[in-house]
Amino acid sequence: MEQTLRVKRYDPENPGSAGYQEYTVEVTDTTTILDALLTVREEMDGTLSMRCSCRASICGSCAMRVNGQAKLVCKTRVNSVAPDGETITIDPAGNMPVIKDLVVEFKPFWDKMRAITPYLQPEGEVPEAEYLASDDEMVHLVGVVNCIQCGACVSDCTVLEVDSSFLGPAALAKAYRFVKDPRDGHQKDRLGALNESSGVWDCTRCMQCVEVCPKDVNPMGRIMAMRDLAMEVGYNNTSGSRHTESFARTVKKNGRLDETRLAVDSMGIFNIPALLAEAPVGLRAIRKGKFPWKAHKSSEPNKVKRVFEKIEGE
Amino acid sequence: MYQHDVLIIGAGLAGLRAAVEAARMGVDAAVITKVHPIRSHSNAAQGGINAPMTDRGDEWEGHALDTIKGSDYLADQDAVELMSREAGDAIIELEHMGVIFSRNEDGQLGTRRFGGQKVARTFYVGAITGSAMLQVLYEQAVKLDVNIYEEWFVSNLIIEDGACHGVMAMNIHTGELHMIRAKAVIMATGGAGRVFEPSTNALICTGEGLGLAYRAGAPLMDMEMIQYHPTTLAGSGILLSEAARGEGAYLLNSDGERFMKTYAPDYLELASRDVVSRSEQTEIDEGRGIDGNIHLDLRHLGRTFIEERLGYLQEVAVEFVGIDLADDPIPIRPGMHYIMGGIKTDVDGATEVPGLYAAGETANVSVHGGNRLGANSLLDTVVFGRRSAVAAAEYAKSAERFSSDESMLQSEQARYQALLDRPADLRASAVRRDMGESMVAGIGVYRDQNSIDAATAKIKELRGVYSRVAVDNKGKVFNTDLMSAIELDYMLDVAQAVCAGADARKESRGAHFRTDMPDRDDENWLKHTLVYKDGDGSRVETNDVTITDWTPIERVY
Ligand SMILES: Cc1cc2nc3c(=O)[nH]c(=O)nc-3n(C[C@H](O)[C@H](O)[C@H](O)COP(=O)(O)OP(=O)(O)OC[C@H]3O[C@@H](n4cnc5c(N)ncnc54)[C@H](O)[C@@H]3O)c2cc1C
Ligand code: SF4
Ligand code: SF4
Ligand code: FES
Repeated sequence: MEQTLRVKRYDPENPGSAGYQEYTVEVTDTTTILDALLTVREEMDGTLSMRCSCRASICGSCAMRVNGQAKLVCKTRVNSVAPDGETITIDPAGNMPVIKDLVVEFKPFWDKMRAITPYLQPEGEVPEAEYLASDDEMVHLVGVVNCIQCGACVSDCTVLEVDSSFLGPAALAKAYRFVKDPRDGHQKDRLGALNESSGVWDCTRCMQCVEVCPKDVNPMGRIMAMRDLAMEVGYNNTSGSRHTESFARTVKKNGRLDETRLAVDSMGIFNIPALLAEAPVGLRAIRKGKFPWKAHKSSEPNKVKRVFEKIEGE
Repeated sequence: MYQHDVLIIGAGLAGLRAAVEAARMGVDAAVITKVHPIRSHSNAAQGGINAPMTDRGDEWEGHALDTIKGSDYLADQDAVELMSREAGDAIIELEHMGVIFSRNEDGQLGTRRFGGQKVARTFYVGAITGSAMLQVLYEQAVKLDVNIYEEWFVSNLIIEDGACHGVMAMNIHTGELHMIRAKAVIMATGGAGRVFEPSTNALICTGEGLGLAYRAGAPLMDMEMIQYHPTTLAGSGILLSEAARGEGAYLLNSDGERFMKTYAPDYLELASRDVVSRSEQTEIDEGRGIDGNIHLDLRHLGRTFIEERLGYLQEVAVEFVGIDLADDPIPIRPGMHYIMGGIKTDVDGATEVPGLYAAGETANVSVHGGNRLGANSLLDTVVFGRRSAVAAAEYAKSAERFSSDESMLQSEQARYQALLDRPADLRASAVRRDMGESMVAGIGVYRDQNSIDAATAKIKELRGVYSRVAVDNKGKVFNTDLMSAIELDYMLDVAQAVCAGADARKESRGAHFRTDMPDRDDENWLKHTLVYKDGDGSRVETNDVTITDWTPIERVY
C-alpha cells in the first residue's frame, strides 16, 4: 500500500522554507509511523531531522503530533490513524520551541524535572540492607516510573499552551513518585512546594495528558491525588480548586473546554478585579487561537467521557 | 575551551554510575552523550539485574559458577569473582538511591529466576528494570550537579604520544566541532547492535566507542562472541525479555511440544541463551518451526500476572504484533542482542591505551566470556562503571594537563567537510543495511568457515565503497544524516573486528558455534582473541583466560 505523509519542515538556517512537505512511501499492516518516517529519512530525504532510538516505546525520543495529537510514532501503526490510506499529518510536539523539523527543544522540560527535587531524600538512619516497603506500594509507584519522559503530555497540555511557567504533567507525575515513595522523608516540604503557583492547582483537568500518555501514567490523576494530599497535610487550597471544578464540568459536558465560562466560574462572577487580572492570560490565548468565543464540542465527546470515567474510577 | 580531569563518554548505566562516583570523589568530571541520558539504551533492559545476596542465603560462589559456566569458561575468573562479590552492595546502593525494586511478602527485595541459573537471584522492576535504574542514576547525577554535554556527538579521540587526552565532538544543536580536553577518558558508549540487522538494539547502538578505541590502538577482545537472544520479534528484532521464561513461559514448536526438554532436560527454557537460541534454530531448520518462528507461550500465567509483572511485554505484543499474551502464544526467533566482546580492560577499566578507560557493554573485562547470562549486563555496568571512575580519577591526579594542539581539530573538521562536499552517491543507510544483513548471515547462531569468509569479504567490499558515502543534509543544526555517515565509518571497523575474531577462533565455544568445528577445544583455545588495528586490516593475538577456582568441565544444562 502507498501512504502519504505530510511532514512539517523547518530549518533555522533557512526559515523562509518552513511548511509541509509530502512524501509517499510503501507500508504494510504492521508499519509504524516511525518506520515510514525512517524510510523517508533513509531512502528519500536525508535532510529530515527527528529524534528516535528504541523503536519500542521505551526511550521516549519520538513524541510528535500525528494529525494534531501527540503520539509516540514508534508505537503508532500507520493503519491505526489512516485505515483507508488517508494522508497523515506529522508536526513536531507542541509547547516546546522547534529546533529543526520534528526536533523540539526539551530544555524547559528537563528544567521542570529538576525543579521538583527529582531524587529520593530519605530521612533518619540508613539501613544496612534495603528499606522495607510493601510490594503493593512499589507496584503502585511503578505505574508512575513507567513514565519515559517523552513529553507527549506536555505537548498537548492546555495550560502550558497559555502559561509556560506551569510545571506541567510530566514533572508533576514525577513529583508524585517521590511524594508517594514510602522511603522519602520530605513529603510535606514537597507538597508545600507543589502547592505554590505553577504547581498542582494550575492544572485545569482538561485530561489531555491522560489521553495522550503512551504509558498510562495518568498525570492528571496524580496531580489530583497530590491536591488531596496537600490538603490532608494542612495546606489550604487556593483559587485553583474552584477553577478546576468548573473546568472539569465543562469538559465533561461538551467534551471540550469552555474557556469563557471557566474564568467566571473560578473567580466568582462578582470578583471583577480578579477577572481583570486574568485578562492577560485570556488575551494571550486568543492571540494563539486558543480562546474560542463560543463553546464548541469535541468531535469525540464520548471518548472524553470514557477517559473521565476511567480517571474517576481509579 | 572545555577541559575536565575525567571525561565520560556515554550516559547509560555504566557512564552515569561512573559519573556519580567521580562526583562523590570530588573530581572535576563531565559526561558527554549523543542523546539525553534518559534516552540511553540502558532504558531498554527489561528483565532485571543479578546479585547473590548473602544475607538471604545465596552465595557469591554460586553466582560466579553460573556466570563462568554460562561463559563457556571463557570469562576471566578473577573478574567474575569481583563482580559477584560486589553485586550485593551494588543492589542495595541502587535501592537506597531510589530504585523501586519489586518486593517479597516481607517487604524485602523480591527476585525472579533468569536463564542459566537455578537460584532466583534476579532483582527487577516489573519489566522496566533498566529504565527504572537509569532514571535513578540520572536523578543522582542531577543531585550531584554533574556536568553533562547533552546531545553532543563524539567523533574522535585526542591521542598524543599514544595516550588519550580527550575527545573531539560536535554539538548536535549547532553543528560546531569542539575539542574537550581531559586527563582521563572513560568509554561507556554501550553496544554496537546496529552492526547487525535485525537487532534488538536501539538505533543509537552504533558502537563508535569500539571503533574509536580500536583506532587508538586498544585491542578488541573476543569480538566473535555475539549473543543471539532466544525471544525476539521477526522483522523488527524487538525483544521480549527472558523475564517471560523466568516467570514460567514455555517455548513450543509446531507440534506444540516443549522442545527444550530434548536439548536441556534439566534447565529447559532457562538454559543459557546460546543453548536456547541454537535449539530454536535447529527446530526451525528441521522443519518444526512456525513460519520460521517458535512460539513463546505465556497463557498459563494468567492475565493479571502478565499485566502486573510483565506489563511492558504485553504492551510490545499488543502494539507491535497485535497479540494478547494472555490469549495467544507469540511467534519469536533468535535475534542479535548483545556483544560479549569489547575493548579489553583490566578489572579497573584500564585499556592498553594510557588515559583511556572503558566500562559497560563496550568494554570486555571479561565477565561474560562466550555467553552472557541474562541480567548480568546491568550488574556489569554498575560494578565496573564505578570501578573505572575510581581508577580514572586516580590516573588523572598524576597525569599532566594536555597542551593544546589545534591541528587535530582541523583535520577532524576536514573529515566532516569532505562528507558534506561529496556529491550525492551512496547513502549510509543502504551500506549499513547491507552490512547488517551480511553479518547476521555470516556470523549467526551457527557459522562456519564459508559463512565467515563471505561476511569478511562483504565487509571489505563495503569498506571499499565507504569513500563514496554522501549526505543529503548540508546544514549545521541537528544533522543526523551527517552523524549516520560517521557512525557507519566506525561500524565497519566493528564488523571487520568481529569477522577477524570469528575467523581466528578455530573451535566452538559459547555463542561462537562453528558447524565445521563443533567441539570446544580447551587445549588450544582457553584463550581470548585480541584484534588490533593494523593499517587497513587487523592483526589477531591471543591471551590466556584467567582460571582461578573453577576448572573447565563439560557444559550441560
Ligand atoms: C532490549 C534489551 C534488553 C536488555 N535487557 C537486559 C536485562 O534485563 N538485564 C541485563 O542485565 N541486561 C539487559 N540488556 C543489556 C543491557 O541493557 C546493556 O548491555 C547495558 O544497558 C549497556 O549499558 P551501557 O551503559 O554500557 O550503554 P548504553 O546504555 O547503551 O549507553 C551508551 C551511551 O553512550 C552514548 N554514546 C554512544 N556513542 C556516543 C558518541 N559517539 N558520542 C557521544 N555519546 C555516545 C549514548 O548516548 C549513551 O548515553 C538488554 C539489552 C537490550 C538491547
Ligand atoms: S489535565 Fe492538567 S496537566 Fe493534564 S494536560 Fe490538562 S491541564 Fe495539563
Ligand atoms: S507522563 Fe506519559 S506522556 Fe507524559 S512524559 Fe511521561 S510517558 Fe510521556
Ligand atoms: S523510538 Fe523510543 S519511544 Fe519511540
